[in-house]
Amino acid sequence: MDQTIRFKLNNRPVSITTDGGRELLWVLRADLGLTGTKYGCGQNQCGACTVIVNREAVRSCQYAVKDVAGKEVITIEGLVQNGKLHPLQKAFVQQGAVQCGFCSPGMILSAYSLLINKPAISRAEILSGMDGNLCRCGSYGRIVDAIQTAAQEMRGRAK
Amino acid sequence: MTPNEIDSREFGESSDPMDRREFLKLIGPGLFIFFSIEDSFLLAQARGYPEDFNAYLKIGEDGRVTCFTGKIEMGQGIVASLAQMLAEELEVPYNSVTMVTGDTRLCPWDGGTNGSRSIKYFGPALRAAGAEAREVLIQLAALQLRLPQDRLVAKDGRVSDKSDPRKSVSYGALTKGNTIEKHLEKKPALKPPSAFTVCGKSLPRPDASEKVTGKAQFAGDIRLPGMLYGRVLRPPAHGAKLKNVDVSGAKEINDVRVVQEGEFVAVLHSLPDQADKAMARIKAQFELPEAVADEKTIHKRLMETAGRDNVIENKGDLSQGRELATVKFDEIYYTPYVAHAPMETHTAVAQVESDSATLWISTQRPFGAQEEVAKVLGLPASKVRVIAPYVGGGFGGKSQIGQAVQAARLSKIVGRPVLVAWTREEEFFYDTFMPAAAVKISSGLNASNQIVFWDYQVLFAGERSSQNIYNVPHLRTASRGGFSGGGPHPFGTGAWRGPGSNTNIFARESHIDVMAAKAGMDPVEFRMRNLADKRMIRVLRAAVDKFGWKPAKAPSGRGYGVACLDYLGTYVAMAAEIKVDKGGGRIQVNRIVHAQDMGPVINPEGAR
Repeated sequence: MDQTIRFKLNNRPVSITTDGGRELLWVLRADLGLTGTKYGCGQNQCGACTVIVNREAVRSCQYAVKDVAGKEVITIEGLVQNGKLHPLQKAFVQQGAVQCGFCSPGMILSAYSLLINKPAISRAEILSGMDGNLCRCGSYGRIVDAIQTAAQEMRGRAK
Repeated sequence: MTPNEIDSREFGESSDPMDRREFLKLIGPGLFIFFSIEDSFLLAQARGYPEDFNAYLKIGEDGRVTCFTGKIEMGQGIVASLAQMLAEELEVPYNSVTMVTGDTRLCPWDGGTNGSRSIKYFGPALRAAGAEAREVLIQLAALQLRLPQDRLVAKDGRVSDKSDPRKSVSYGALTKGNTIEKHLEKKPALKPPSAFTVCGKSLPRPDASEKVTGKAQFAGDIRLPGMLYGRVLRPPAHGAKLKNVDVSGAKEINDVRVVQEGEFVAVLHSLPDQADKAMARIKAQFELPEAVADEKTIHKRLMETAGRDNVIENKGDLSQGRELATVKFDEIYYTPYVAHAPMETHTAVAQVESDSATLWISTQRPFGAQEEVAKVLGLPASKVRVIAPYVGGGFGGKSQIGQAVQAARLSKIVGRPVLVAWTREEEFFYDTFMPAAAVKISSGLNASNQIVFWDYQVLFAGERSSQNIYNVPHLRTASRGGFSGGGPHPFGTGAWRGPGSNTNIFARESHIDVMAAKAGMDPVEFRMRNLADKRMIRVLRAAVDKFGWKPAKAPSGRGYGVACLDYLGTYVAMAAEIKVDKGGGRIQVNRIVHAQDMGPVINPEGAR
């Protein structure tokens, strides 16, 4: 059944009329043209489709679009502020944590939710927090390094 | 046989593994007997690169340089390292180079991005193009500045008078964006690595910022007006035959299109998830083939069906070697099927018009894809343009382009652009797996713990890295069946992350450990005793020294492991420390020290 769903997407109000049971991933990618969010498995196994809903990382391939009604959604396209890369994006670039780049948006957004909810995070906590995000190129070490670097910068800014 | 055919023999979809004798028949007599298919492939590929440097580069009026390569970017970092190689020889700033990759209309022909060959084989061709263009630009500048050539120097995209830098002209002003017609009879020499100023530096990847902001386009991110998402009915097993199909349920979905051409059944919709929904409503019955093998019987089947030996190397006399041995070893090593599982599933967008077609494909072989799709569409290859955008991981598996054939067929039928992105399930089903394989090794040691004979046979993994690296007087190395094609396998197999080498190195280095343990020696000392290649000894020494390896009789129970290898001329040694939970079997890798000698490094950050 089509319904009208209103939510905030990357800080802008959005209204879409569609079948509310559809997965958020496809609404973002096909209806709204935000292709930065990736399909990897469709089964909540790889983390490539991760987006932020009300400060929490969710897997958009298993998240009905009706459930974002009235909430705030952030996708990878929404992390750049005033033309500047977010500290996580900057750290991923600088630490060489990007290879094929297909897992990067989901990695960055999973890390984003970890860091905004726990700024003073340990390496072990990063490892367990990122457990659901897969990279097949083998950049894990650099990804964790990049998240630690970004965490430091974000803490510095908050002070 | 054209280079493309040779390429498809190794990496193609349905070809049987190439037999050495058949190969010799095809290319004719007069070659020495152990001519390797890898060598022939590389020669063919090298022949395929154009002579004209304009095929590789274009200098804009603004001085920006565009570099064209038939290679594709799938994470390995060629958009940085190839740009560095061109900037180095052409004498332009690294960040003035824009890369155009994997576009069959714009880029020089290429056999495919595989086998760690981009830097090694395309690199020299690109550098030669850059060097020749630079020298031609100096000649053009000499005319314009009215100065003798030997007074001029090229640097940072300009040609200047060595003694008076005010007399200077930029590349952009010299070429004005035009193709450079002038060429040199005598090609200039390439710079020696000691003269490198751009290569050898960890310069940043130009693709990274697009990839962290979601702007980077992969094939599945292409959006065309009127585009439909297609989903093709997949059989429940390889070789299953469609008996009957009921598509009425799918047709109930609004705006769905259903295609039925024999066993080719597909649904299309302007929304991908609606196409999925329609596919889920198709009721199909298949006749299942009898299973030829399972994970327990496959190795037996491999042993029984392997054809003749292709002899890779032969030295001394094995029977003499056997007589010298005081201890003999006979082992068989097995490897299983392994999926590529790239994060991005196989994806393609096809826009088929009446007499031409354009496709965006996640592929490692845009030029191979061009020919395959052209054949399917009944078009000349020149009318098919294939563009490989950023590829989300390949690992050998994206040499196959079944998804592009599906998209092309559907686009032709419905007359609209069609995107086909395989589901994760399809990705595993249609994958051309690293083949299950077996390696039989017989060997022997004399009383001084020296290997005196080595009889090695690899089945269905291919010959890469099968060559013995130890100092053995009597040896024979043979390979039966390659890594590509169907053969005895119940599904497709193909190149997978260092194809052949992964199996061959696992087998050989495990066997070396078996021998070291029997000899009661430390595995590193045993290797050192049996290596004569000084370069390999240095690489192994570098790894174990850095690791802090203390010799202990094998098996030491410390969880230490070591291996060394020659991968297509790159020497590698690794030492690892792992922890095994002997009760539960859980393995924890604590650290790995990796030493590698691959010659001059273009981008150290990419090599690490």
